Amino acid sequence: MAQVVVLGAGVSGHTAALFLRRWLGQDHQVVVISPNSNYNWIPSNIWVGVGLLRPEQVMVPLAPIYRRAGIEFKQAKAVGLHPEGNQRAPRPYVDIEWTLPGKVGEKERVAYDFLINATGPKLNFEATPGLGPGRSSLSVCTAAHAAEAAGVFKEMVERMKRGERKRFVIGTGHGTCTCQGAAFEYVVNLEFELRVHGVRDRAEIVYLSNEYELGDFGMGGLHIRRGGYITPSKIFAESLFAERGIDWITRAHVKSVEAGRAQYETLAGEDREVAFDMAMLLPPFSGVGLHAFNRQGSDIDATVLMPNGFMRVDADYQKKPYEEWRARDWPCYYQSPAYSNIFAAGIAFAPPHAVSQPHSSPNGIMISAAPPRTGMPSAMIGKAVARSIVDMIHGSERPTHTASMAEIGAACVASAGANPFTGTAASMTVFPIVPDFERYPEYGRDLDYTFGEIGLAGHWIKIILHHLFLYKARMRPGWWLIPE
Amino acid sequence: MDGTQDRSPLPQAQLREAFYATKPTRTTVFLRTFLPWQIVRFVWINLKMLVIIRRSHQTH
Repeated sequence: MAQVVVLGAGVSGHTAALFLRRWLGQDHQVVVISPNSNYNWIPSNIWVGVGLLRPEQVMVPLAPIYRRAGIEFKQAKAVGLHPEGNQRAPRPYVDIEWTLPGKVGEKERVAYDFLINATGPKLNFEATPGLGPGRSSLSVCTAAHAAEAAGVFKEMVERMKRGERKRFVIGTGHGTCTCQGAAFEYVVNLEFELRVHGVRDRAEIVYLSNEYELGDFGMGGLHIRRGGYITPSKIFAESLFAERGIDWITRAHVKSVEAGRAQYETLAGEDREVAFDMAMLLPPFSGVGLHAFNRQGSDIDATVLMPNGFMRVDADYQKKPYEEWRARDWPCYYQSPAYSNIFAAGIAFAPPHAVSQPHSSPNGIMISAAPPRTGMPSAMIGKAVARSIVDMIHGSERPTHTASMAEIGAACVASAGANPFTGTAASMTVFPIVPDFERYPEYGRDLDYTFGEIGLAGHWIKIILHHLFLYKARMRPGWWLIPE
Repeated sequence: MDGTQDRSPLPQAQLREAFYATKPTRTTVFLRTFLPWQIVRFVWINLKMLVIIRRSHQTH
């Protein structure tokens, strides 16, 4: 009997755990270790952040699902990884620390035969002084953060109804942030809701981003055939902002945030400041702080993890200039090169490099969007890794399934206002996610499969996806038929 | 978080980035929420996305 341990119960980890359970049968054990008691459908946090949904509408309690499925659930965080076991026993294990109320702080050792690291990121608010909830800005990264943002937003609306003018600054809180899509969705939803509340004329909205151009989204933007032209996403993003009266500042590294103001450095090296009444600025991501040890108990972080804390997998991590980046640098199997029974899925794997062209200010500050690994690719990676592990348990010597981001596409629906008749959303697909300029020399992507448009239909699709993926997360009948 | 007192004003419209951006015509904006057209787009976008998802799953 094999024991597969999954660290994390987000999109990637939860997907992997569900498929492992389905494919492995009851002869083998699946254990999920997550510090959170709920699964959070993060794409809908945007709507929590403007007060349209309550946090519980985007979360699903994990324990009952796992109990029903026969998955062992430990509400705890992994702190130490021992892929060689210890001197007394060679079986690999992870050290965990419980977060379950009543057991908080208790430590346990969980042995594994296969491990999937799907912890997601650490929300690294500390990288920017004053950034984040409890400091001087807000976030929508978790349902609780989004609920707090909604409270402040509601207060702003009330004050605007009384005649006050307010400025909203939405975007990224560091030069190396990723997930610009979330900030993009939040700013347009916020603008839409201000119109709904009849106070749009009293609001200034500024989008502050580390992207080189609007519409980069950390994947070097995309090109779309539309209106007789092949047009970069920058044009569409700028158009939407111009239409909505949203100002934007790009190529910005936020250096610090304090009450009512954010200081940032531009790519030209200039120090600037923007004042605000409400700021939602996303943090950069880093690894969750997991440490690895060999059999003797010595630190082997450098072997297993990259300096940013994300896990090394079968990618080409050799440092090389942007011109030499290749699609094949990206991992296929997400298997640790040091330990064949360890995999990393979703945000937890270390990308070999960015997708967008990197830029630094004259002061040496990196101002460049990091590559996104969320949503559809996260789930697809989780599923591919689960399939590989199942096959390895059944005798295969090596992983059997790939999900290279340079070979798979992604569909994304970015809400631009939530209303069944007047709302809109940008529906986008890219193929592949990571541009492959050897295969598609002109734009890096297959333009027959890369498209985007904004409209009410996109909003309906977004609503359907919200319910469909929560249905799947709950393991309702036929859940496996819903594609990632 | 109250920056109302001492915030510097944003530049005038013609000095902002948005002045140089493409803007949709009224017809384009109308079609975005015009029900019959959006029903057609709903079907088309779903089909397109299903094709992408299928192609992505075929790679492994």
